[in-house]
Amino acid sequence: MAVIHDVIPAFELFQPTTVDDALALQSRHGAKAWVLAGGLDSFDWFKDRIKRPEVVIDLSQIKELRGIRAVGDGLEIGAMTTLTEVVRHPMVREKYSILPNAAEAAASPQIRNQGTIGGNVSQDARCWYYRGGWPCYRAGGNICYADTPTGLNREHAILDADRCVAVNPSDTAPALIALDAKMVIRTPKGERVVNAEDYFIGPAIDITRMTILQPGDLLTTIRIPSTWAGSQFYFEKARDRSVWDFALVNVAAAVVTSGNAIERIRLVVNGVAAHPVRLTAVEAAVQGKPRNAETAELAGQLAVRGAQPLQYNGYKVPLMRNLVKRAIRGVAGGEAA
Amino acid sequence: MNLIEWAQNPWGQQIPIHIGWNLLWVSAIGALLFLIGHAIYVRYWAKAVTVHSDSRAATTGRALQVPERVARHSLGSRLFHLIMAIAMLALLVTAFLPKVGVRFAWVTYHWIAGIVLTISVIYHIFHASFWLDFWSIWPDKEDVEDASRRFKRALGQSAPPPRKFAKYPLENKLYHLVVMLAGLTAIGTGLFMMKRVQTPFFTRNPYLFGDMTWGWMYVLHGLAGIGFVALVTVHIYFAIRPEKLFLTKAMIFGWITREQYLEHHDPARWPIKEPPSEAGPSKSKTVPA
Repeated sequence: MAVIHDVIPAFELFQPTTVDDALALQSRHGAKAWVLAGGLDSFDWFKDRIKRPEVVIDLSQIKELRGIRAVGDGLEIGAMTTLTEVVRHPMVREKYSILPNAAEAAASPQIRNQGTIGGNVSQDARCWYYRGGWPCYRAGGNICYADTPTGLNREHAILDADRCVAVNPSDTAPALIALDAKMVIRTPKGERVVNAEDYFIGPAIDITRMTILQPGDLLTTIRIPSTWAGSQFYFEKARDRSVWDFALVNVAAAVVTSGNAIERIRLVVNGVAAHPVRLTAVEAAVQGKPRNAETAELAGQLAVRGAQPLQYNGYKVPLMRNLVKRAIRGVAGGEAA
Repeated sequence: MNLIEWAQNPWGQQIPIHIGWNLLWVSAIGALLFLIGHAIYVRYWAKAVTVHSDSRAATTGRALQVPERVARHSLGSRLFHLIMAIAMLALLVTAFLPKVGVRFAWVTYHWIAGIVLTISVIYHIFHASFWLDFWSIWPDKEDVEDASRRFKRALGQSAPPPRKFAKYPLENKLYHLVVMLAGLTAIGTGLFMMKRVQTPFFTRNPYLFGDMTWGWMYVLHGLAGIGFVALVTVHIYFAIRPEKLFLTKAMIFGWITREQYLEHHDPARWPIKEPPSEAGPSKSKTVPA
């Protein structure tokens, strides 16, 4: 494993105060620039000497990237809004409670005070072979050290692996997809708005990235429409240590019922692939069915169809199946209801 | 610019991991410069080649015996070429579009195209070895002599006129040789690399070879790949050049005309054999050569 040093290598620090300035800096410095949000992911890389950017663009001074605003019939959350602010915001708690529940499940209070929602959804994979600096696929090499007969892959992917078996570690990502959030991205060519579901990419599409962000792009805002406001939400995160850990598997569901029947549902799991996985087949299968144990059983079985566990992560299959079952039933263990 | 990208593996060894991908641009730009240079040379400086009198005599003498259409490529050869071309283009597209920023799930398409290419090449090896004139595509002594004569005459030096070509011009033979080397390299390394990804054919085993061997395999595969960028570009360029179009049409329809045969080829070096024919539809008799 990498040796953690106390002092990170030197870099030139820029602290722009506007998004335009940040984009200009990114354009000027290109691939040499590293965009810093809360720093929780970045400083690990820097201290490990794995990433040695010549230029760091710190977004913390850009006020337009912070805060939560009501717009139209929904919400806009600046990408630099801290997880704690998301957790505490009354409107978010009232209408979109799945998001503060997911954000509160991330890391520790200190980290949530510093970590941002933009950083949380854009953070890199936590595979220790990759983070250790080995020349794996994700690092531009030609091997996945985790996906070998002797690889330590207890926390790795059971779905959609393509050479790389790292998983997406974000807790807020599945909640945002369940809420049908839109990601607003500023690029050198202008503004792009993409569905949260499409913001994340797997190794089949680009093995070195976890999001569609390219050098020069900046996630500025997350828009949450009112489509699922006030729905019945469910979020649950299974992890080794409840106080502070990445998800082994987490599940997020937004459900609208009519009587006891599921009228509409969005169901997302994370920690099982390199991107959050929206379970559209399960959503279609349970729509119109009663929200009961039988439907939950069907959903659970369907959810794990096609799962391919590795040497040491077979437990993720029943774990994911059971979390999906609980999300459908809307009971027990969940950090929200 | 790095020709090869190196990295340190977990055991502290410096290992090659792949070629420097900027070589892709070197290959593509090199090919474009070559064909621009060639086009300018042909347009402004190239002189008409005077052929050896023996060749002319032979041509004149045999003209009446040559059918209106001369079969050049059998149906099997043409189908092989078509399938190989499709597979090759699919391989290049799936390999290099992601490198220039077009992102899609390319790996499965890539190895499927690789399998198609492999099967077509195996077919070609057997077909060419047992059903075609195997040696017709390999450079021979006369090709070398004639190339020397052409070169000297192009430089204004004294040399006997070269003979007309056999079935394939020397450039064609050399191109085939290079494509064969690059193709076998890409196929050989590619088949082993399939052990590193999920396919229905193999159980993944990234430890089949050591890191160093795997690294060089990726480097060779990459070199063959970028080599093909240039080779395919140049091949397409020559295929659409006006003076070569008759050869391209022959690869589609299977035959060339008597005039083209007599103008470009030495009947002594590419003699016409007797029927049966399997060339394309023709109102007149088509004789395989």
